[in-house]
Amino acid sequence: MTHPGGYLDSASSEPLHPAARESLLAALDRGYADPRRLHKAARDARLLLDNARAVVAQCLGVRADEVTFTSSGTDAVHRGLLGLARARRSRGDVVLHSEVEHSAVRHAATWGGSPRLVGATGHARVRVGDLVESATADVAVCALQSANHEVGTVQPVGDLRLPHDVPLFVDACASMGRLPLPGGWDALAGSAHKWGGPAGVGVLVVRRGARWESPFPEDDRVDHRGSGFENVPAALAAAASLQAVVAEREETHARQHALIDQVRAAAAALPDTEVVGDPVDRLPHLVTFSCLYVNGEALVTELDRHGFGVASGSACTASSLEPSHVLAAMGALTHGNVRVSLTRETTQEQVDAFCAVLPAVVAGLRS
Amino acid sequence: MREVSVELDCRGMVCPRPVIELARHLGDVVVGDLVAVVAEDPAARYDVPAWCRMREQEYVGADTAADGVARYVVRRLS
Repeated sequence: MTHPGGYLDSASSEPLHPAARESLLAALDRGYADPRRLHKAARDARLLLDNARAVVAQCLGVRADEVTFTSSGTDAVHRGLLGLARARRSRGDVVLHSEVEHSAVRHAATWGGSPRLVGATGHARVRVGDLVESATADVAVCALQSANHEVGTVQPVGDLRLPHDVPLFVDACASMGRLPLPGGWDALAGSAHKWGGPAGVGVLVVRRGARWESPFPEDDRVDHRGSGFENVPAALAAAASLQAVVAEREETHARQHALIDQVRAAAAALPDTEVVGDPVDRLPHLVTFSCLYVNGEALVTELDRHGFGVASGSACTASSLEPSHVLAAMGALTHGNVRVSLTRETTQEQVDAFCAVLPAVVAGLRS
Repeated sequence: MREVSVELDCRGMVCPRPVIELARHLGDVVVGDLVAVVAEDPAARYDVPAWCRMREQEYVGADTAADGVARYVVRRLS
């Protein structure tokens, strides 16, 4: 491993949970057949798929027939958002969303409709009133993330009451498994590799009674909301890891929240450094900060040399690159930026080591 | 285009160089006067205002230099 214990980029992808590995290996030999056929091997695959769906539904507190496995979190975002918009296309094509949504939402809005954007606070929190005010009758769908993927701020999804029956899509990719789902949405998306499941599995949840039409060509699969041959073993592994993560959530949350508080304090103690995002009402496992006068990519490279793998929202390598749209929308410094996100196995010792090395790394790059 | 006391040519520089130049040359103007950063770097659009907020200087706004390159104007407050 490149980063023995120093991998601090779980917000990009969490290492595979042992429960996922175990289920995946067991299901690889059993879940190969087409779950739509009638023979024994097919019934076996169908049983595994239905089991995975039931487990995910139970973990999320939704109905099993509301859950669809997709080929990625991005695919789930596209289908959820655009499917709600398509069902309401007679009213208009405006896709209302915040400036701090994930690029999957932004690109889908541009591709499938006319985007209408609302801003956010300096903590990247979207104001419910701004969305309500912009939700005119010609809005096909409104999108709001459950929590911000770059700075961790939890969004007030549960407080949102949209006028004109505008449907709400929630991108829950950053929080699924880590926080209970908010209420009040019509469709919602998650991504298994963000909670310790395998990559290539997304979860789309469409509320019973919500108006949704496939935005893409139909496919005659088990579930009419998805397309393509189901990856049954991966769906089962995603479900098993979600179950394990939800079972240990309370303990993980408390531990990670405290460790991130420690990183936030260490970063805030650096000269000319700004820690961004809500300090309290946030995802437990991540923090983002920006160091004035430092090249973000150089900071990533230098921390990597010390054994720590982190992400950056900076774009200092070429004048053609745009920095993170989230940081820009917040009015935060976009250069010298790093995002630190803990895995379920990150220890106190590793966080201590990171906090110990950080001041010298930043000072070295500034000199 | 606003009249500024000092204009910093940061064309061709990538972040964080334009902001480093701004910090280095703020002292070249007297308190109350304007200094401008001319930069193609897309990050400067966000980072000059953010720097002003962090260093308690006033971000006046953006315009363009004669050659069309973006120019960010700052008033020295301290």
